[in-house]
Amino acid sequence: MITLNVNGKPASVDADPDTPLLWVLRDHLGMTGTKYGCGMALCGACTVHVNGQPARSCSTPLSAAAGKRITTIEGIGQTKEGRVLQEAWVANDVPQCGYCQSGQIMSAAALLAKVKRPTDAEIESAMGGNVCRCGTYNRISLAVRQASRNIK
Amino acid sequence: MNAFEIVNLSRRDFLKAGAGLTLGIAVPDALAQMAGPGQGGGSVVATGRLEPNAFVRIGTDNTVTVIVKHLEMGQGTYTGLPTLVAEELDADWGQIRVEGAPADASRYNNLLLGPMQGTGGSTAMANSFEQMRKAGAAARAMLVAAAAERWNVAPDSITIARGAVMHLPSNRRTNFGQLAANAAKLPVPQEVKLKDPKDFVFIGRRVTRTDSRAKSNGTAIYTQDVKLPGMLTALVAHPPRFGAKPKPFDAARAKAVKGVVDVVAIPQGVAVLANDFWSAKKGRDALAVEWDESGAFKLGSAEIMAQYRALAATPGLPARKEGDPAGALARAAKTLEASYEFPYLAHACMEPMNCVVKLSADGCEIWNGEQFQSIDQGAVAAVLAMKPEQVKINMLFAGGSFGRRANPQADYVVEAVQIAKAIDGRAPVKLVWTREDDMRAGYYRPMYYHALKAGLDAQGNLIAWQHRIVGQSILGGTAFEGMMVKDGIDATSVEGAANLPYAVPNLGVELHSPRMGVPVQWWRSVGSTHTAFSTETFLDELAVAAGKDPFQVRRALLAKSPRHKAVLEMAAAEADWSTPLVSARVGDRRGRGIAVHESFNTVVAQVAEVTVRRDGSWRVDRVMCAVDCGLAVNPDVVRAQMEGGIAFGLTAALHGAITLKDGVVEQSNFHDYMPLRMHEMPRIGVYIVRSNEKPTGVGEPATPVIAPAVANALFAATGKPIRSLPIRIQA
Repeated sequence: MITLNVNGKPASVDADPDTPLLWVLRDHLGMTGTKYGCGMALCGACTVHVNGQPARSCSTPLSAAAGKRITTIEGIGQTKEGRVLQEAWVANDVPQCGYCQSGQIMSAAALLAKVKRPTDAEIESAMGGNVCRCGTYNRISLAVRQASRNIK
Repeated sequence: MNAFEIVNLSRRDFLKAGAGLTLGIAVPDALAQMAGPGQGGGSVVATGRLEPNAFVRIGTDNTVTVIVKHLEMGQGTYTGLPTLVAEELDADWGQIRVEGAPADASRYNNLLLGPMQGTGGSTAMANSFEQMRKAGAAARAMLVAAAAERWNVAPDSITIARGAVMHLPSNRRTNFGQLAANAAKLPVPQEVKLKDPKDFVFIGRRVTRTDSRAKSNGTAIYTQDVKLPGMLTALVAHPPRFGAKPKPFDAARAKAVKGVVDVVAIPQGVAVLANDFWSAKKGRDALAVEWDESGAFKLGSAEIMAQYRALAATPGLPARKEGDPAGALARAAKTLEASYEFPYLAHACMEPMNCVVKLSADGCEIWNGEQFQSIDQGAVAAVLAMKPEQVKINMLFAGGSFGRRANPQADYVVEAVQIAKAIDGRAPVKLVWTREDDMRAGYYRPMYYHALKAGLDAQGNLIAWQHRIVGQSILGGTAFEGMMVKDGIDATSVEGAANLPYAVPNLGVELHSPRMGVPVQWWRSVGSTHTAFSTETFLDELAVAAGKDPFQVRRALLAKSPRHKAVLEMAAAEADWSTPLVSARVGDRRGRGIAVHESFNTVVAQVAEVTVRRDGSWRVDRVMCAVDCGLAVNPDVVRAQMEGGIAFGLTAALHGAITLKDGVVEQSNFHDYMPLRMHEMPRIGVYIVRSNEKPTGVGEPATPVIAPAVANALFAATGKPIRSLPIRIQA
């Protein structure tokens, strides 16, 4: 059994240490908000926070996540960055198919936790690893800027 | 206002939700033929179940549940269609709930696709516009009648606004929930009057998407997220070449992997079933399968294109002929020729293909982001020797589709069913394709080769146009062949070319449809993905050859196509077409390009502005996009679809190519089939033509226009025409 801390709660998992955190969350803990997109850390759909840093959970083995603080889309609304980002996402109707948006919000939340008022270049850099095939990029960028202004 | 709840889960949940709280108002789709009470078209008694052709359910809890027959894959149907009901019902937007319709073509067929249920061809709004409004209007009339009865007043003295039912003279008010039980006992009206567009409160204005919140907090449920008790996850080892079959194999090593439950052969591969994805993946990795490649396809892209090039030198089947193109070319003062090459393209939806299947003694239940209910029901029934109606399909959100989930062969759905069948239905099965599986599974936008010739007279007027297209037929061999392939011409191969809007007196369009062993399929905007590019870039070459302005050349040729002309002029005006572009840095070359194209009865024009740097790198700075889609039911959804369509088309223009070597697909994931990323996204302005015509589709029509607009901008900046995709320019 390996013990994780997910969204502030302890969770024990009986899985091989090489199992990617993504599949631990989805298949073992039943938390399906974090999405599988590529399995190679190329698309960002699986982004979570590990000790506050954005991480691609599809390429993070369980062994590397053990004992660390994991935050997922299910928990990010409890943070001030996550909350304002989710509101900005809704206010601007950012999602289309929506499949990538958990990862987009997790990357954006990690950015805003670090940089309160990011420049456009900082947004592009922080979000560059997150793919959206529906092409919602301009709305994502707008929502991140709007959220950054709304963080008290 | 934001408390949307999307009900798209399992049938069990659906029935549970339905039983407790609702009385229904059933609304047949064709009110003209509407049966009276007791004949199946009447209202529903307190079972919570729906009568045939039901699109609206009003609960005693004052919720209005709109049953949407089309897949929500990002294009906004779960917002647009409920808007129509809310409008005619005078509901409050906050009381609207959305539910995906079950598979049942007798109630939920696509009115533009005949007797079948399915989503595609940008038809969701176009075929639902009156149907859903009538559904809302009929429900409203019944609520009005129930209120009039309760208060003993004349129906025409009742008013409804934002979900409040009122009798103003006596200052009484109630809501839908309190009237639902009585309304359900009343006859469904034979005819309903729809609103005058000037009275619209929702249509033509922005309402927030019903799915934005669930898609921003991780609670939206996709096929990938379905988990049933005892369910196994299946991964399939597919052959490296199309048409190969598995040889007898040794499953021992795969079965030795912890978590692997079974290994079974299916016709096109070997499936590994496990308790979870990662175990199934490890099991599949441990499997060594040899393939019988006697029937496999072994050509590479270069060989295929060489065949197409040779074919293009010979006449094809005529798709359109006006005047005498050959004669006019012979007497032209100046002739131009160009050929164009287009690669295979994968859809590469963010959610790779997947499907959940549960078999039982009397049927098959499927969970899927379901785009093609009737086709899938038929295909699954054939595998299981059942009747199509024994195949129940639960509608889930799709993480993109772009055409992929409407597969005429029901490929991945059938694969999931074959696996469930191979284990005799002992457990529910979730088939999951990895990104690599998805990328290499075929059903691509076909490769194409176009050859164009045109003639100008001494004044530079376009007098002849000859267009030859070579590429696989998408519809050949599918259920749509009879309907959409006429005299050997697959309509989807020549759409956008055979209906060229420009007034050219001598015009010929010909088609070759060679057979290749690579599975092909429609891809967002289908034939227009290539015909818009060749026609619109060739026209710019002609304009330059004639010493004319590309915008003015189009304007003149569109004198008799007022919709195209108006959209074109709108885009040009928004772009300040006649004002020269300024370079920000010394050595930068800038260019502006314009293109206009109609697809799915919607006309889109775009002006793209590009910057080419000295080192040959380049970017699209800005796109002005004008669209005439008839009445824009939700202008913000229209804008989103224009933005998304541009991004999708730009991905193909910048990066998109699936290539084969000796029959093996060379790409596998997003590192070698690159998606557009944020830094490549241009600024986009969307301008919507004011119109009260019936709405036309918006999911696809922005996609085909961007590549030619960008190519024309690059041509303007560099003087070198672009004749193949993806775009590669020399420094």
